[in-house]
Amino acid sequence: MIFRRKKKLKPVPPKPVPDGLWLKCDKCSNILYRKELEKNLSVCPKCGHHFRIPARRYIQILTDGFEEFDKNLSPANPLNFREYEEKLRKDQEKTGLKDAIVTGKAKIGPHTVALGVMDFFFRGGSMGSVVGEKVKRLIYYAMENNFPLIIVGASGGARMQEGILSLMQMAKTAATLAEFHENGGLFISVLTDPTMAGVMASYASLGDIIIAEPGALIGFAGPRVIQQTIKKELPPGFQRAEFMLKHGMVDIVVPRQKLKDTIVKILDFFSNEKH
Amino acid sequence: MAKYLDFEEPIVKIENRIKELELIKDEAGVQEELDRLRAELQRLYREIYASLTPWQRVMLARHPDRPYTLDYIKLMTEDFIELHGDRRFGDDPAVITGLATIDGEKIILVGQEKGRTTRDKIVRNFGMMHPEGYRKALRVMKLGEKFHRPVLTLIDTPGAYPGIGAEERGQAEAIAYNLREMASLRTPIVAVVTGEGGSGGALGIGVADRVYMLENAFYSVISPEGCAAILWRDAAKAPEAAAALKITAQDLLELRVIDGIIPEPLGGAHRNPKETADNIKKVVLDAFRELKKLPPDELVRKRREKYQRMGVINIEDTQNTPN
Ligand SMILES: [Zn+2]
Repeated sequence: MIFRRKKKLKPVPPKPVPDGLWLKCDKCSNILYRKELEKNLSVCPKCGHHFRIPARRYIQILTDGFEEFDKNLSPANPLNFREYEEKLRKDQEKTGLKDAIVTGKAKIGPHTVALGVMDFFFRGGSMGSVVGEKVKRLIYYAMENNFPLIIVGASGGARMQEGILSLMQMAKTAATLAEFHENGGLFISVLTDPTMAGVMASYASLGDIIIAEPGALIGFAGPRVIQQTIKKELPPGFQRAEFMLKHGMVDIVVPRQKLKDTIVKILDFFSNEKH
Repeated sequence: MAKYLDFEEPIVKIENRIKELELIKDEAGVQEELDRLRAELQRLYREIYASLTPWQRVMLARHPDRPYTLDYIKLMTEDFIELHGDRRFGDDPAVITGLATIDGEKIILVGQEKGRTTRDKIVRNFGMMHPEGYRKALRVMKLGEKFHRPVLTLIDTPGAYPGIGAEERGQAEAIAYNLREMASLRTPIVAVVTGEGGSGGALGIGVADRVYMLENAFYSVISPEGCAAILWRDAAKAPEAAAALKITAQDLLELRVIDGIIPEPLGGAHRNPKETADNIKKVVLDAFRELKKLPPDELVRKRREKYQRMGVINIEDTQNTPN
């Protein structure tokens, strides 16, 4: 279920490598000056390709203030799965996160919201018990305070090493969203590259509003699995944000530079307060 | 002609020998030989089935003779009216939905169907549902809610279908929506994993007040083959993955993901489909009897709370974690 890309398509690491002043765009192959790319919110100035960015960077881009929750929750190894702890430790060092999501209370323009941002650089953004639990707690926080809920998705799917418990996080988050939905809460789901499988087949699909970043891979089954199953070429742009927009699965495709403004406008629309 | 698995071979050999001898059982010495073989058969049964590996259970869950939803409908219901279609796009034959009567109890039945013959398997898409299947299942479950009939789902699928049309029509959305709506359905839901519980494709009809598994069924976030291919780049290591993923009924009971295990006849469900169906029927009817006592608000609250408790995490002492 975890989506893996081939080596040559490896995402850019979140921290600059020692001599990495320059890098090549995954899409247009132009050589880009790293500082300039970062200033451009990691969107290629030549072709508009949206590079994957870590959760902390999204929080910088989207918010005017952030207070993090549940920093003390960390993954266990409930199945005693071989090498899982080492893999977790490596990604914890690499990202500075305990697991694949950061949650908290955020200011976005004049609005206060409950915000969750997934991090693809931590185990491919996969959802295990910690991600499920933090999403559940975030939904409750939003519900108790009447705050809108925003979750930025970035995930290959369920965390394989936590087995069936990972699968059950889909039911857990969806069941909690059922309550939030009945309470009249607003949920904006933002889909970034990639938002797939277990995450897309649970909370990420359940937004009142679904926004996607350009080019983001969005879907249930990974393209390689589909290709192996049907033994046919996939149509161009298959499962990309624009394709999903055309097929009615997302509300809007919004470039990263306009993401915050768009979210503020949507929050304005649904807010009953005067700002 | 029954098909059998590698580890069933010694049993099948003796069974065939017994059948031969039974034709000549009046001849001298044959009765003694028959008694000896029957004792040996019992011993073998116990030896083999008392210590099945997770992978052997996977093989049993996928056994070509294993009873499927259509068999259970025949064996369990006095009456069944099949309902078709999602009223949106089409009718998905990978899932059968309808109005069933079981021992006088009128219920909504939803079950994945793999198909028995080669032709059936193609029609049924090997039990791999499309979005319209999940939408049909929910539509019929909502009939149960509206008219106060409990819902039984029978899970047996390798997974939701990975195809172009399935993605175009929102496979992920269809499953997600079912999870949310099944967590809200104001009528009792019982789910039984009868064979393969293939990940999100299984869970899409699997959110329930009570979830049971047949003794040799399995339920997993990823197929053992898929897990082995990702972890060790070798699908042949599936038996190891089957053990590591903790996918047996006993594992899931210990992880508190399911509520109980339904016993199978010795040798597996296919050895006696009627007995298997009777075992399922008893557990399901008992569960419905209990669940019907709960007012809908409490039923839904308890169902949600059950899922909200699932998962295992470490909670660190905040004083020791300055970041
Ligand atoms: Zn570019």
